[in-house]
Formats: sequence, C-alpha cells, structure tokens
Amino acid sequence: MSTTADSLYLKGHEAHDAHHDADHKPGFFVRWFMSTNHKDIGTLYLIFAIVAGIIGGGISGIMRWELAHPGIQVLNMMWPIGAGAGATLDEAYHHWNVLITAHGLIMVFFMVMPAMIGGFGNWFVPLMIGAPDMAFPRMNNISFWLLVPAFLLLLGSTFVSGGSGYGAGTGWTVYAPLSTSGSQGPAVDMAIFSLHLAGASSILGAINFITTIFNMRAPGMTLHKMPLFVWSILVTVFLLLLALPVLAGAITMLLTDRNFGTTFFDASGGGNVVLYQHLFWFFGHPEVYIMILPGFGMVSQIVATFSRKPVFGYLGMAYAMVAIGVVGFVVWAHHMFTTGMNVNEKMYFTAATMVIAVPTGVKIFSWIATMWGGSITFETPMLWAIGFIFLFTVGGVTGVVLANGGVDNYMHDTYYVVAHFHYVLSLGAVFAIFGGFYYWFPKMSGKMYNEFLGKLHFFIMFIGVNVIFFPMHFLGLDGMPRRIPDYTPALEKWNQVATVGYMITIVGVAIFFVNILWSLAAGKKAPDNPWGEGATTLEWTLSSPPPFHQFSTLPKID
Amino acid sequence: MFPPNPTHATGVQMRLIGWAIALAAAGLTPAAAQSPASAPGTTAATAAPAATAAAAAPAAAAPIVYGSVGHAIPKEGVGMPVPGAYGIQTQVTPLGERAAHFHNFWLMWTITLISAFVLALLVWTIFRYRRGANPTPSRNSHNTVIEVIWTLVPVLILLAIALPSISLLRAQYSPPPADVTVKVTGHQWYWTYEYPDYGVSFDSNILKEKGDPTLKPGDRFRDPAGRDGPPLLAADERMVIPAGKVVKFIITADDVIHSFAVPAFWTKLDANPGQLNETWVKVDADKTGVYFGQCSELCGARHAFMPINVEVVTPDQFKQWIASKGGTLPGAKPAATPAAAVTPAAAPQPATPQPATNQAATAQN
Repeated sequence: MSTTADSLYLKGHEAHDAHHDADHKPGFFVRWFMSTNHKDIGTLYLIFAIVAGIIGGGISGIMRWELAHPGIQVLNMMWPIGAGAGATLDEAYHHWNVLITAHGLIMVFFMVMPAMIGGFGNWFVPLMIGAPDMAFPRMNNISFWLLVPAFLLLLGSTFVSGGSGYGAGTGWTVYAPLSTSGSQGPAVDMAIFSLHLAGASSILGAINFITTIFNMRAPGMTLHKMPLFVWSILVTVFLLLLALPVLAGAITMLLTDRNFGTTFFDASGGGNVVLYQHLFWFFGHPEVYIMILPGFGMVSQIVATFSRKPVFGYLGMAYAMVAIGVVGFVVWAHHMFTTGMNVNEKMYFTAATMVIAVPTGVKIFSWIATMWGGSITFETPMLWAIGFIFLFTVGGVTGVVLANGGVDNYMHDTYYVVAHFHYVLSLGAVFAIFGGFYYWFPKMSGKMYNEFLGKLHFFIMFIGVNVIFFPMHFLGLDGMPRRIPDYTPALEKWNQVATVGYMITIVGVAIFFVNILWSLAAGKKAPDNPWGEGATTLEWTLSSPPPFHQFSTLPKID
Repeated sequence: MFPPNPTHATGVQMRLIGWAIALAAAGLTPAAAQSPASAPGTTAATAAPAATAAAAAPAAAAPIVYGSVGHAIPKEGVGMPVPGAYGIQTQVTPLGERAAHFHNFWLMWTITLISAFVLALLVWTIFRYRRGANPTPSRNSHNTVIEVIWTLVPVLILLAIALPSISLLRAQYSPPPADVTVKVTGHQWYWTYEYPDYGVSFDSNILKEKGDPTLKPGDRFRDPAGRDGPPLLAADERMVIPAGKVVKFIITADDVIHSFAVPAFWTKLDANPGQLNETWVKVDADKTGVYFGQCSELCGARHAFMPINVEVVTPDQFKQWIASKGGTLPGAKPAATPAAAVTPAAAPQPATPQPATNQAATAQN
C-alpha cells in the first residue's frame, strides 16, 4: 500500500524538475490554480472558508440589525419601498428570506465544511498518518474548484428573480412546495445547482479521504493508532458519502418538479410534500454531525496536547464517533415532529434521538478525564477547546429537550431551536475551528500567533456569542417563530440583547483578523513543535511550515 | 409581487383536491354525520359575514363592539408573548399543562444539573490540574469502571426522561370524541377557518397598524389600544371555540406548507397541501380568553404576517357566535338562550352552573 503512495509521490515529484529538492515550489499560477499539493489545497480551502465566513457572518449582522427592534428598519433601506405599493414591501420581506437562506447555506456548505474537512482535513490527515499527499491529488484540486462556482451560483442567485423578489427565499432546507410552485424564476434553480456542485465537491473529497486513510497510512500506523482527528475525518467522510447522494436526488427531484412538470412533491399529481422533508433530513441530520465530528477530533488533539497526556479512553472516543455516525442516520425525522406523523413514528424518533446523547456524553467525559491528572496550560487553542466542551454540552442538553416529540411541539420552529443549533454549531463547531486554527497556525504558516490577541479574541467572543444565543432560548419559549423579519413588541428585550451580543462578537472577530495579519507579517518564527511534549502526532515532527513534499521516506510507527 | 390570493394553476388544482379530501373527511367525522355537507361554495358565500344574526355581531363595515363574542379583549400577557419572559407561555389545556410541567420541573432541572455538573468538573479540573499545581502529568488513559459508569448513568437518566415523554405522546395522540370540528386551511398569507358541522367559514387576515402605508382607505386597522391584540399578532377574524369541549382541528394548506401553532395550547401542526393533519385541544373550562399564535413554517414573503387568533368562549357564547356567523346549529334554536344541557352530542359536563360565571369572566376580559 505504501508503495502506491511512494510511486504516486515520486511521479508527481519528478514531473517538476530536480530529484532532490523536496521544497521546490511551482510558480504562482500553477501552484495555486492547478494545485495538486494537499497543503496548498488545504490553504485554499481555509481562505475560501474565511471569505465565506465573512459574507455569512455579515448577513447575520444585517439580520440582527433588523431584529434589534420591532418594525422593519433595515430591509426597507435595502429594498426601498415605493409609495404605498404592497408589492415592493413583499420584496423587502422576500429579501429577509433570502438572507436567512443564504446565511444557512453559506455557513453550512461554504464555511464550516470547507474549513473543517477541506481545510484542516486536507492539511493534517496526510501529515498525521505519515502520507506524502492525498491519494488523488488532482481530484483534490477539482474538489476545491467545484466549490468556487458553487458559491458563485449561490451569490448570483440573489440577482435573479425568485418569486416575490430577487434571490432564493426558501430557507436552507428548500422545502417543497415553497421551493417549487412557490418560487417562480431562476433563483431557486441556481441555488439548487449550487448545492449540486457543492455536494459533488464533497463526495469527491470524501472518496479521496477514504482512499487516503485506508491505503496511505505509514507503516505501523494501524487504524487503532490513528490520531482521533483522522478518525473524526474518516467517520465524517463516510457520512458525506452516504448522505449527500440522497440530497442530490432530492434536489434533482425539486428541479424536475420546477421545470419539467413532474410531481414528486405535489399532491395534485400524486406526490407528497412530506417526502421531500424525509429525503432532505435523511441527508440533513447526518450533515449536522458532518459539521461537528471534525470538531470533536480537533478538540481531542488540543485537549491531549495541552494536558500533556494521551487521550483518555482512546478506543471509546473513536467508536463513540462511529456510533454517533451510525445512529445519526436513523434519527432524521425528529426534524419533522410537527409534520403530522403517527404516534409510533414519533415515539421511535424520540427514543432513537435520545440514544445519541450517550456516545456524546462519553466524549464529553473523556475530554474531562483527559484533562484530569494532566499538567494543563492554557494557550489560546486550549481555551477554545474548553469553551467548546462546555458550550457543546449546553447545546447538547437542549437537544435532549427537543428530542421529546411531545415537548418539541412547543419549541419546534421557534427561536429555541435556533438557540440550540447555534450552541452546537456556532459555539461548538466554530469554537473548534478557531481552536484548530490557533493550534495549527504555527505549523501552517511557520509563524507564531500573538498569544495575547488570541486570548482576547477568545474571551470577547465567548461573551459575545453567549449574549447572542442564550436569550434566544427565552425568545423561543416565549413563542417567537423562526425566520421572521419582524416580531411583536413584547419580544423586543431579548432581541435587543442578542443584537448587542452580535456587536461584541464582531469586535472579537476583528481581533482575530488583526492577529492573523499581524502574525503573518511580523509573528515570531514558529519552532517545529511549539506545544511541547503533549504534541505527539506526526505533524509536529516536521518543520514549520512543513516542506512542500513531506515524508519522502515514510515514518515508521511502533 | 404575488396577489393576496395566488391563482396560478397548481394552486387552484390543489385547492380543489383539498376540498374533495376535506369533504370526504367531514363525512367520516362522527360529529359531522348529521350536518349537511358544506358545499365548496360556502367559503365564497360567507367571505362577507352574513349580517342576519340578531345578536351584537357586526357586519364587516359596522363598528366593532369590543368585549362581544368574537371580539373579546385579550388579557395582557395571557396567550401571547410576555415581555422579557424566561419561560414558556401559561398553558390552558390539560395536556399543555402536563407537558409544561414535564418541561419545567423535569427536563429543565435535569439539563441544568447536567450542565452545572459538567461545568463544575471542568472548573475543578482546570484549577486542580493546572501546570502550576500539577507539574508532572499522570499517564492514565484507561479506567474501565468509570467508562462503564459514564455510559450507563446517562442511559438511566435518558430512560427517566423517555418514559414520561412517551406517555405524554400517547396522551397527545388519544383524542376523546370531538365536540366541535374546525378545518384550518393555510394560504399565502392568511388562514381560513371552517366549521363543517355548522356551515360557517371565513378568512382570517392580519390587522395592519394604524398609519400603515399599505392600508387602503376604509380598511380596518388594529385597535391602537390593543383590544384586538398585540401588533403583528392580531387578526381581523378569530377562530372561536368553546371552553371545556374537545375541539378537533383538521389542518391543511392550499399553496405551500404553513404551520398552525398556538403556544398556549401546546399545539403546533404543519398545514401540508394535499394532506389533512389532525390534532385536538380541550381548553380548561375556566380559561376563556384570546390566544395568539403565528404561522410556524416558512411560507414565503409574508410568513411573519399571518397570525392565528383563537378566542375561547363558553359553550353558550359559542352557539351565539355560530348563529351570528349565519351558521346552523343542529338541534337548538340559536337566538333563544338554550337551557345549558341541550347540546346534541354526549356533552361531558351537563347542567353545571358554568355559563353564568364564565360569562362574567369573559365580560371583564
């Protein structure tokens, strides 16, 4: 197996010129636009995710600005209302739906997934298993470059008609029939194509990771010796491979319903609107684990590193992720508790959903047990990891509340749900991404980040995101539905608090960007291993940044 | 850009099919058996409420008599969001009270204690095992006993949640025979409420604010004193249902998916075009009042602007209201005050003295 890797590597290597210079880099255009190097592609993914994160985060800023007070105050500035014409007011309202749709799709498909899987996965899976590169370097490149037109299609869809106004206003879930007969015009078609391309990109990436992890591990690196981050990516890409084709099928059916007169989701032709939701959530629920599992992996690496201890219960941790992945495929309809399912279905999905709390609990306790007895230091990545553990717990327990089909009736499609999934994603996945970014920034860039700014970023953002999202539980319990641009004045207080939280958060994010730019320009040179004896994975045995091609002699793991 | 009533082909088609199914369902409903099937034309016919009623019911243009049946004045903070609240709205149905109790006194405590436990463990670990306090890390990475414990204890906690949860579900899905059936149809962007047993049907639209630029001259706007309800939650016509009776909702939609939600009833059920969903409520006999909800499934541009208003009245007031809407009550004559017990179907509470007290309560609402 390693011979395959070797010969692949050698071929690529010889295609350039010298046999000896492992650090020879191609010219700018070839290096960044025709890249076959996993680290460069990983960097491209990270830059892409940061750009998408700025856009998606900016959109949430517009939403929080609009929701700061009752009434319409921002949408009408963006879509000026003509004198007394109701139609243009509808355009403003439609614009709101476009914003929530874009925010969701961008954050899921163009920020979290590219950062975690494409970015950190590409960068560190080969390094951690001792492989010279990914199994299919050119496919790796097309995985990335499919994402660019996907993103452009989504952004472009906001400039064409989508029914009541410009852009696709269907929500990220694209429920039929709002997305079929309910949205005339090409915007929704463009958004669907965007998902097709993003999905194809992820499927190719998944194939690449599976092949790499199964076939290109260094001698002695058995599956049960792989770092947990690699395990997390392995489980994640299996979820991608099995879930995304279902999404692709569902949205293709949307396309034919929209354009070719089929009636998959139209009762007047024998179709069924709830069918779409089953198909979507069969993908959609594994998707939420796709977004969080790599974060689990990163947090495991970070916690072990800064506690200077091996991960507690390594096998339990690895198989907890496998269990979460497997069970994650049979709980999807808890997203559909209010669609009118029968009582047995609701009981099953209630029980099955709760089961997921068990492996998740194992992970939380194992992280704490890893710290227990350790010699813990609190560099920036560790702060993010600890923040992750607590906030993910909070998001997890509200998930247990929502899992109860009989209770969910009340919270379903309210801000309680918004609070819940932002606790696990915005405060879970995003905290893990920031933790991973600070953890590996010295390795990727060769420069140390500024520790003070990093910590400042953490504390400001920790306060900010909690101020945004915690009051949303109250809003939901008080009865505020999701996806509304305006609300009754009784709900103003907590909305205002959440908007203040957003303002705190952007200060934190600004510090993050100052930190990166300053560190790239003037940061101290990073040693090979800045984190000391706790950092035991293979990437720390290489220089910072690693050579353009690494492991030309494969490392041996005993 | 859409006109208020979308009339593209699929919409019409689906509406017709919806009607066909609704008729079939109405035929199956036990309570509906004796009433003549309401014809599809009813919607159109009753769109402007018939002014035939003897009682105080006003026609569309007549001034609203606040406090009358159908225009009860909502109580501040009841059946609607409460400013700065931390918890769920006060429940007015036995099942809602049960679910709220399960949430407030079981789920909330469990999850708060779990979160606090994890936080305490984290803080203790951070404090006790910081480098300054523990310079040499231990190498322990396994402990089978503790791993079994932290797998099994959560299982037990989840069982303790799942059992009452499943039994709550069973109760929610065990409707007693319905006393009143209301068919709810979601449209972009308003609701239609139909009482197939009484031949009453009308649309319910949001009440715009006074001074709204889209208000046409002569249009009714929300009463600035709040007697219609809070901004964005008040509708021009309310669904009226009797307190203490089992009310069945048959829910559907004729364009896209909407969701019928009334938080104070613990009720939320999607309105799916081409399907009939069914749920039920039984509001406590002493909880007359006005309860507000909003569409809870993204349904297009004016998703935020199709509120749900349910006015719960005494059974007598309900009959009076049905009559005022031009509906026919099987049995009793609407105008004459019926001697409490003449409700046709097996009325669960016969001649209790509740009408008087409840009317008093409603009057002061």
